[in-house]
Amino acid sequence: MIELVSAERCIACDKCVKVCPTNVFDRGPDGVPLLSRQEDCQTCFQCEANCPVDALFVAPVTHPLPDDQAVRDEGHLDRAGLLGSYRRHIGWGHGRTPAPLRAVGPQLPAPGAGRPSPPITS
Amino acid sequence: MTTLDLTTDVLVIGGGPAATWAALKAARAGADVVLADKGYCGTSGATASAGTGVWYVPPEPAAREAAMASREALGGYLADRRWMARVLDQTYEGVNALANEARYPFPAGPDGQPLRNGLHGPEYMRRMRVRVRRAGVRVLDHSPVCELLTDTSGAVAGATGYRRQAGEPYRVRAGAVVLATGGCAFLSGALGCNVNTGDGALFAAEAGAELSGMEFSNAYAIAPEHTSVTKTAFYTFATFFHEDGTVLEGAASQGGRSVIARALLQEKVYCRLDRADAKAQAAMRLAQPNFFLTFDRLGIDPFTQRFAITLLAEGTVRGTGGIRVTGDDCSTTVPGLYAAGDAATRELICGGFTGGGSHNAAWAISSGSWAGRAAARHASSLPGGARTRRTAPAGGAGLRPTGTPGPADGFREVVAAVQGEVLPYQKNYLRHGDGLVAALRTLDDTWQRLRATLYAEDGDVVRARQAAAMVAHARWMYTAALTRTESRGMAKRLDFPAQDPGLHHRIVTGGLDHVWTRREPLATASLEVAS
Repeated sequence: MIELVSAERCIACDKCVKVCPTNVFDRGPDGVPLLSRQEDCQTCFQCEANCPVDALFVAPVTHPLPDDQAVRDEGHLDRAGLLGSYRRHIGWGHGRTPAPLRAVGPQLPAPGAGRPSPPITS
Repeated sequence: MTTLDLTTDVLVIGGGPAATWAALKAARAGADVVLADKGYCGTSGATASAGTGVWYVPPEPAAREAAMASREALGGYLADRRWMARVLDQTYEGVNALANEARYPFPAGPDGQPLRNGLHGPEYMRRMRVRVRRAGVRVLDHSPVCELLTDTSGAVAGATGYRRQAGEPYRVRAGAVVLATGGCAFLSGALGCNVNTGDGALFAAEAGAELSGMEFSNAYAIAPEHTSVTKTAFYTFATFFHEDGTVLEGAASQGGRSVIARALLQEKVYCRLDRADAKAQAAMRLAQPNFFLTFDRLGIDPFTQRFAITLLAEGTVRGTGGIRVTGDDCSTTVPGLYAAGDAATRELICGGFTGGGSHNAAWAISSGSWAGRAAARHASSLPGGARTRRTAPAGGAGLRPTGTPGPADGFREVVAAVQGEVLPYQKNYLRHGDGLVAALRTLDDTWQRLRATLYAEDGDVVRARQAAAMVAHARWMYTAALTRTESRGMAKRLDFPAQDPGLHHRIVTGGLDHVWTRREPLATASLEVAS
């Protein structure tokens, strides 16, 4: 679930407000998005993928973590290389290589698999 | 409060792959097109947040033959080779257009040839959004449809909905409507699927359309416990363990998932992807970056450490049931109404089983393309002024209670009730006639109650409609499942473990207050192997 909106990094571009498929955010009075409906977050990571300044962090678990300060500790997440890591991995952002270009999947241990498998199946 | 009021040739409802292909092809056929998505076209739905294989097979006879034959048995011989062939053709064309027109960055295989049988959801869908907008489609994001509009003859003539970020209702009158709203995963939390609540099937049924294959609706996908990322294919590298650390015999991602379901009813189940060598591990990271998000953030090395897993319901998203299509153009029994993608039945190409991805992705491209073109053609065939003909709202449950309206947040109770009947493995995955009868009784009661009382205001109307759609979906599922007194495709019955040659037909279902079924013989029967 979305846990962190960094007011420090946010440039108030409204992108996350727009792209969140379950409408979790509202624009705050200072332009920084508010987590108005965190319980509707489906942990799809789309807001992170679309944030141009790596200001968001989606924790991997699908329930809120009010007692876990680490998921909202910007310095800690940054040092751990987690802030913006999804964007980095999919190659979004200036100067990066789009991940699909390198997305050649493993040979799945299925009978009769001849060619390399597609990037993904189900 | 102002109301956005539009008229157009074609209204596409949904914002995933099928919806965008439909909108694109309708616009290219010369139609004015409005696309209305519940979320944001480009990030919404089962594909956008995931990665997907695509049933992309070059037109070489041997390869096509193998592709068509590969899943016929798994699907219980309910697919149709003529449809498979046309989907393979249309998908080949569509994916090549993605490469050549949309410049999707496909990788090259070791032989230097482009590999076009897989897509990263975020990249695919952001490009589809651009294509749709370039084609002149008007996109309404965050604009869930609440109900269809029909004309005096019963033909579909538009829809009304609610613009949740603007806080206002809207109306679109249209010559034709394409439903591309996805399947129904019952708000289970499976990746990207919480927008997929079966709304389109409810809208279609209210307008008089039929469903098919609803018994093929009990897909469950593996994910680390308390997380969302479902990527069952990678679990072919897994060993599964009991809580005590001993190997869970018979458990597997393919062909052994019910063993996992059974174990999960008793204890925690653990997993380690210890059958992936270094090369496979590296390839997995490149193929599916989002698979590792969960592990990296939890601090787990999935290749060396054991982690607890769960199975998340994917209902008809990864099942094959949906709105019955009546023609090659993905028309339905209702004039002016077309169905595409996971909202429509996928039995035509994969019978009673899909592993998700692959076939469903091909179906979205193909059915979306056909439905979009046909909707444009239908709209242009209507007499002048048809776009502004008199319409009446078709919606019922959750909008217009037949009795005294209940509390404004009544949808919460309904959602909990339906989830209680469709998410538990012992009810939906490990199906038995006794359990299905009991669950259906509860669901029928829930429907009767909600039909009389469910009501909500403003943006919550959408939540009430979602709740009603899920209950309707569950009732069609279990009614069809009870009718299929055998095990075929994914519709397995503990009380009827064998395939019955006497039931080698499709099951059509429909109805709201009264749910009915009938058998539909196969048009061109696949050869069934006696087992």
